[in-house]
Amino acid sequence: MAGERADPAAGAPGPESRLVFDRALVRRHRERAAAGFAAHDFLKREVAERLCERLDDIKRRFPLALDLACHDGAVGRAVAGRGGIRQLIQCDLSEAMGARARGGPRAVADEEWLPFKAASLDLVLSVLGLHWVNDLPGALVQIRRALKPDGLLLAAMLGGETLCELRQAFLSAEAAREGGASPRVSPFADVRDVGALLLRTGYDQPVVDSERITARYPDALALMRDLRGMAEANASVARRPCFTRRETLLAAAAAYRDRFADASGRVPATFEVLYITAWCPPAA
Amino acid sequence: MGEGGATVDPKLLEILVCPVTKGPLRYDAKAQELISEQAKLAYPIRDGIPIMLAEEARSLDEPDEGSGQQSS
Repeated sequence: MAGERADPAAGAPGPESRLVFDRALVRRHRERAAAGFAAHDFLKREVAERLCERLDDIKRRFPLALDLACHDGAVGRAVAGRGGIRQLIQCDLSEAMGARARGGPRAVADEEWLPFKAASLDLVLSVLGLHWVNDLPGALVQIRRALKPDGLLLAAMLGGETLCELRQAFLSAEAAREGGASPRVSPFADVRDVGALLLRTGYDQPVVDSERITARYPDALALMRDLRGMAEANASVARRPCFTRRETLLAAAAAYRDRFADASGRVPATFEVLYITAWCPPAA
Repeated sequence: MGEGGATVDPKLLEILVCPVTKGPLRYDAKAQELISEQAKLAYPIRDGIPIMLAEEARSLDEPDEGSGQQSS
């Protein structure tokens, strides 16, 4: 699995050469998850709330803001009057998600192909979207260009420790049964990668910090159902192209329980969230 | 899915560009499309929501509305 890590800081990625994620699949996951998303949105809501709270500590006002990867509009609800936002444009890769984000202007767009004029936005917010981007440097550059001078990128994405338990459980189940492991969990970047990348892509005073959120589930199968529901199921290009065998799933669930279950039999799932604060440099 | 109800937000129209070329877009209100002359693509607007994906755009080189994607 080591070879599959997202390591955007390592060299300039060619447009096709380092595809880690299947973006069409990311989009399909979101289209499918849209209708039932409200039942699986705890992480999105929680992280949106925590990210938007950070606006309370910032004096600047941001009249025109963009929510990138808005899903069903959690950021729009969490932002509620903060940061002097007068207009929030909500934008998602999935049309079905975008249609659910009520209120205000909306667009369907891809983080890898941003459709916004240079120096047009005061603030870009993004919750749980950037970890699905293949060309993260390219996306960050496009975001910076779309920001006005002194504009702010405030984003949260999943980091490297995310789903470490699930990763381990699959590794042991698969090694035993299918003669080798394939990445079951999408690769994620870590704090240092992202910090270096923000500097390299021209941001001022980038700060990246990380926080762990632990959720508890009855078992690993319930966790996997929840991941599908929140459109965070694996979409790495290197994933196994066929369905996971039932036997392997059950073995992974058993390994998960054996290693990680608490006294009540419930299992924890770690989500590492990377919070990014980075400014567009002032006008020269 | 309703036809004609929703309109595109004017402020949004002001700041949208073609995602492929970052060039200007022309708003065709009647066809509900955003046209990028440079990329020769027409991005659909559905229910007031512009769909700014090249793979969803109509190629201006083709007479009918195929989902042809034009890479520049």
